[in-house]
Amino acid sequence: MNEFGLLTVFSFGPGGWGPAMFKAAAMTIAVALTGFVFGAMVGALGAWAKIAGGRITRGIADGYTTVLRGIPDLLVIYLFYFGSSAVLTPIGRMFGATGFLSLPGFLAGALAIGIVSGAYHTEVFRGAYRSVSRGEIEAAVAIGMSRALVFRRIIVPLSLRFALPGLGNVWQLVLKESALISVTGLVEILRQAQIGAGSTRQPFTFFLAAAILYLVISSVSGWTLQRAEQRFTRGLRRV
Amino acid sequence: MDFPFLCQTLLTLLPGVPLTLKLALSSVVLGVFLALLLALARLSGIRPLAWISRVYVFVFRSTPLLVQIFLIYYGLGQFPALRHSVLWPILREPYWCAVIALTLNTAAYGSEIIRGGLQSVPAGQIEAARACGMSRFQVFRRIVLPLAIRQALPGYGNEVILMVKATALASVITLMEVTGLAAKLISETYRAIEVFIVAGAIYLIINFVITRIIQALEHWLTPHLRSAPAPAVVEQGGPA
Amino acid sequence: MNMLQSQNASLAPVAESVPAVRVSQLRKSYGALEVLKGVSLDAHDGDVVSILGSSGSGKSTMLRCINMLEVPNGGEIAIGGEVIRLKETRTGPQPADRLQVDRLRSRIGMVFQSFNLWSHMTILENVIEAPVHVQKRPKAECIEEARELLAKVGIADKADHYPAHLSGGQQQRAAIARALAQRPRVMLFDEPTSALDPELVGEVLRVMRALAEEGRTMLVVTHEMGFARDVSNKVVFLHKGVVEEEGSPDDVFGGSRSERFRQFLVR
Ligand SMILES: Nc1ncnc2c1ncn2[C@@H]1O[C@H](COP(=O)(O)OP(=O)(O)O)[C@@H](O)[C@H]1O
Ligand SMILES: [Mg+2]
Repeated sequence: MNEFGLLTVFSFGPGGWGPAMFKAAAMTIAVALTGFVFGAMVGALGAWAKIAGGRITRGIADGYTTVLRGIPDLLVIYLFYFGSSAVLTPIGRMFGATGFLSLPGFLAGALAIGIVSGAYHTEVFRGAYRSVSRGEIEAAVAIGMSRALVFRRIIVPLSLRFALPGLGNVWQLVLKESALISVTGLVEILRQAQIGAGSTRQPFTFFLAAAILYLVISSVSGWTLQRAEQRFTRGLRRV
Repeated sequence: MDFPFLCQTLLTLLPGVPLTLKLALSSVVLGVFLALLLALARLSGIRPLAWISRVYVFVFRSTPLLVQIFLIYYGLGQFPALRHSVLWPILREPYWCAVIALTLNTAAYGSEIIRGGLQSVPAGQIEAARACGMSRFQVFRRIVLPLAIRQALPGYGNEVILMVKATALASVITLMEVTGLAAKLISETYRAIEVFIVAGAIYLIINFVITRIIQALEHWLTPHLRSAPAPAVVEQGGPA
Repeated sequence: MNMLQSQNASLAPVAESVPAVRVSQLRKSYGALEVLKGVSLDAHDGDVVSILGSSGSGKSTMLRCINMLEVPNGGEIAIGGEVIRLKETRTGPQPADRLQVDRLRSRIGMVFQSFNLWSHMTILENVIEAPVHVQKRPKAECIEEARELLAKVGIADKADHYPAHLSGGQQQRAAIARALAQRPRVMLFDEPTSALDPELVGEVLRVMRALAEEGRTMLVVTHEMGFARDVSNKVVFLHKGVVEEEGSPDDVFGGSRSERFRQFLVR
């Protein structure tokens, strides 16, 4: 067998790919987190539209979730990455720039992931809102809380607690989806693995290393989320 | 909107549809069998089997599909033994690598859906089957499996849609299905938005048709869950 | 007792004759179904009114109209002489002034059949929610008062528990404490013991009886005939959205009663 192995990929010593791989892992986490947060904002808006919106806003929100869950995420990434140049280049021309302008891979990727995961966030938030018991809302109305106060003191904290498991699932999804951003050239885990595979001719080793990194990030975040869930759902269940 | 361009885009992308469908169909069909095996292993009560199934599902569900595709398509070539084996003509082909990766991946998700279905079968109905003298195998084939399939169908329908979406990743290893053709067209014309609209519409239509087929299948398989025809209507007193 | 007096003093000064709650000619329909067909009812300060009636007769609907959880289609509700103003909209009548409704609600305590404690808050947090966040009273004072109220309903030791960790009877007593913390002018009870196991009913009824003896104004929808007969000073019998019987418990339960009420009692 070859003396080059997984250890070399993760090694911080001379000739080791450790620093590059861990920097790439940090990039994966950063782009996934940005996309997740953006998606959560989109999802909050979408859920609000579906719950409280009129016919038109509800229709738009329904259309959004249906479309985004029916088309490949890779297409959305292409749209944001290449589509942004279709929008930005003419604008750049107006300001005297020459050549093609486009969103950097990080931004295009995070936006694309945000738009894609926003559809899942929407359903998570909506489901969470629906599992808040009518009685608890009614009790708040009955003591004279204004609508805004009912929303802030009762509906938001309760729905967030119900949303936690769903949000955990969406996070895992987003994490895996972030690998697609490698097509934009952003050096996250998978792109870094491709680079390493190309320059060492050890593709299996590098992609295996990438898989291990994803596995570790996913397990650690899954475990953390579970702990958070246990903490925040105190009182919601009998112990 | 530039209509002639949209039409031209449609004509360029449509030839990719058969490959998209072929990839999705073969991986779903192969994946169901593997998924069933995995689910049975998990529920077999045989420790090592259950453990293998558990690890398999965990690994395939916690890593990106694109990494799995790369591992198989680019990674396996790293081993000279494989390169010289009889399998190489298959493992060299992007198409087969995509099918293998998609199959292995969907099997992990599918096995969880099937396991849920199997576990949802009420113990009482199994007992009733044993009580009338069925063998274990008969109980499984005649009672457990049919009930589990009906239970798992909606979830599996969802998984099929996800697989259609997942076939887009095959474009990354040079396969010219719908997304691959779309990416090529974008890089030639720089008209990402129009191409996106057409490609997106194609996927939406495919998924719409699949959803309908699965709904029909569900309707056909679950007569016992439908409301009884005549009396229910009378009781509800017509349209409110 | 002391607390009670100071509370009454802090309420809007009203003449003795103005009823705490006046319901007049109340009508409410759900689609084609007319649930309340012109119900009138007065409750003066210190009255304990028991509202009886078979299931579906409109008892809950009436109670919920009093604090506008349901908006009536006709008639009038007045709390302490202040009429709740309504306006016609395309979708039916709506409160004309949300602020007025919120203000009146903040002094009407409501106890629900299913408790409806907020599950993400401890019992103490449940009790101080209205005084702190709606009435904007100082938190420290509210906490102190909340602890007194919890002691009064007998669950002082549960202050820091979550609702899910309490028995039904304890939850309902916590809900009563929560309503009391509003320093309510009127308390509405909608079948407060119906969701409880039989052996837990007594502890809740005891608390309610103590409140009645303090002179609290209470409207109680109940199936507990003992409570209606012994504790309340007024009994109302609703049947299909109209008041069929009304009077002191002695009158209503005594000799002359309608055929329908007799049938109701037998069941
Ligand atoms: N939100 C609602 N929508 C439609 N019908 C309702 C609604 N609430 C109550 N009703 C109907 O109004 C009638 C009276 O209900 P309710 O006041 O709850 O009766 P009670 O409390 O006396 O049992 C019932 O027939 C009930 O079905
Ligand atoms: Mg009722």
